[in-house]
Amino acid sequence: MNLLVRLRPLGFIAVLLAAWHFAVNRQAVHLLPDPLQVALALGELMQRGLLLKYVVASLFRVTWGFCLAGVIGIPAGLAIGWHRRWEAALNPFLQILRPISPLAWIPISILWFGVGDVAAIFLIFLASLLPLILTAINAVDGIPAVYINAGRNFGLSPARLVYSVLYPAVIPRLILGLRITLGIAWMVVVAAEMIAVNSGLGFLIVDARNAGNRYDLVVAGMVSIGVIGFLLDMGIRSLESVRAFRWGYSED
Amino acid sequence: MQAGMEKRTVEAKLRAKGVGMSFKRDGKVTPVLENIDLDVGEGEFLCLLGPSGCGKSTLLNIVAGFLEPTSGTVTIDGEPVQGPDPRRIFVFQERGVFPWLTVEGNVGFGLFRLTRAEREQRVAHYIKLVGLRGFEKAYPQELSGGMKQRLEVARALAVNPDVLYLDEPFGALDSITRLIMRGELLRIWEAERKTIVFVTHDIEEAVQLADRVVVMSTRPARIQTIVEIDIPHPRDISSPRYLELRDGIFEEIGLAHKI
Repeated sequence: MNLLVRLRPLGFIAVLLAAWHFAVNRQAVHLLPDPLQVALALGELMQRGLLLKYVVASLFRVTWGFCLAGVIGIPAGLAIGWHRRWEAALNPFLQILRPISPLAWIPISILWFGVGDVAAIFLIFLASLLPLILTAINAVDGIPAVYINAGRNFGLSPARLVYSVLYPAVIPRLILGLRITLGIAWMVVVAAEMIAVNSGLGFLIVDARNAGNRYDLVVAGMVSIGVIGFLLDMGIRSLESVRAFRWGYSED
Repeated sequence: MQAGMEKRTVEAKLRAKGVGMSFKRDGKVTPVLENIDLDVGEGEFLCLLGPSGCGKSTLLNIVAGFLEPTSGTVTIDGEPVQGPDPRRIFVFQERGVFPWLTVEGNVGFGLFRLTRAEREQRVAHYIKLVGLRGFEKAYPQELSGGMKQRLEVARALAVNPDVLYLDEPFGALDSITRLIMRGELLRIWEAERKTIVFVTHDIEEAVQLADRVVVMSTRPARIQTIVEIDIPHPRDISSPRYLELRDGIFEEIGLAHKI
């Protein structure tokens, strides 16, 4: 029974693959490669050692951009949220920056860093920075007053109050924000690699199209992006099951 | 009803003098508390009793140093209160325990100045006192409402405060657990002899627990009367004296005791 429930998503994917296969092959003109061609393309990429190389290249850029944004954005957001006045002063500026797509920064990042890894990392950094700052601000705003009051009541110094109350109280919301932001970062790396570099899964997709319309490779790139995005999300989600964090996700 | 007040010779531990409070909202000033004069003796169990929203919690927050009164002063041992202080711990409703710490972690929370050995010994003592042995490594979300409340009391007692402020601590519990918790609190109070200021809107609760019940009026809250409960513990809640005092307060508040 339990096994059946666990197998259900796999079954669903199998049905979709079958539907895809038949739909594509009913048409004389193929608008898409069929699943088998995509599987062969993936095999070809693996054989040439490109799949691993591109995945590592993309993950490398995401790791740098995302981690830099976390190291800067989270402490900044916590500090802004902690000081009501800073928040009031900065909030309009942050809300103006927010609707600007990270992709709008492409020309400027190329201007500043040239075409290459740094420009791509900078784009991912920008795309992750604002959501992380806002997540951290909201996380501080969401701390129930009784935790802060209890902390003050026990005579905690400001530094200790931050370390033993503020920090643990925001962790569950931060994890949620990290999850969403990592999803954004992974989407942006593909776009960044399409313009700025010559490796990575985003590069694979444009390159396959430019060099002879290899749409089987295009779809193989898309599938790889999806699967790796899913694995990244699972990785962060596993933090939610840590016992000391679990309170933040219960209904109570 | 106030006979016997004069013979109270204990020194006042806590003294509120002319305390008033008003909140400003949308340009309108709402008075919440008016001219509160109150003495609480060392080791006394005092209940602040009044209808919901009358301002008794506001008074408790002022006395505890979380709010600054618009007028008047609060002193403890002659010193003006200038903010929260670990010598006087506020017990919130059960939600005040830290969900990211275990039972042990919560009880030891205020003990960061002690050495590890002292802390462990103190934590074990208070976990035992409130009957949470065997749950040392449990997180609050794994505990029942009554256990969470006992945990918060243990966390407060562990820092050895002189005064405990309890703000409707049993309000969210079911009526059976509430009765048990009252007994537990009295047992702990008798063992530790802290000064206790206890806010409640439950007349029975006040008469069961307190040495004196301060009956507060509706907004803006003033002290309507102070009733001394001269029944020794454990109290027989069907004794004539208990019923007399309880019904006196019912009448004082203007409630008929027939439904």
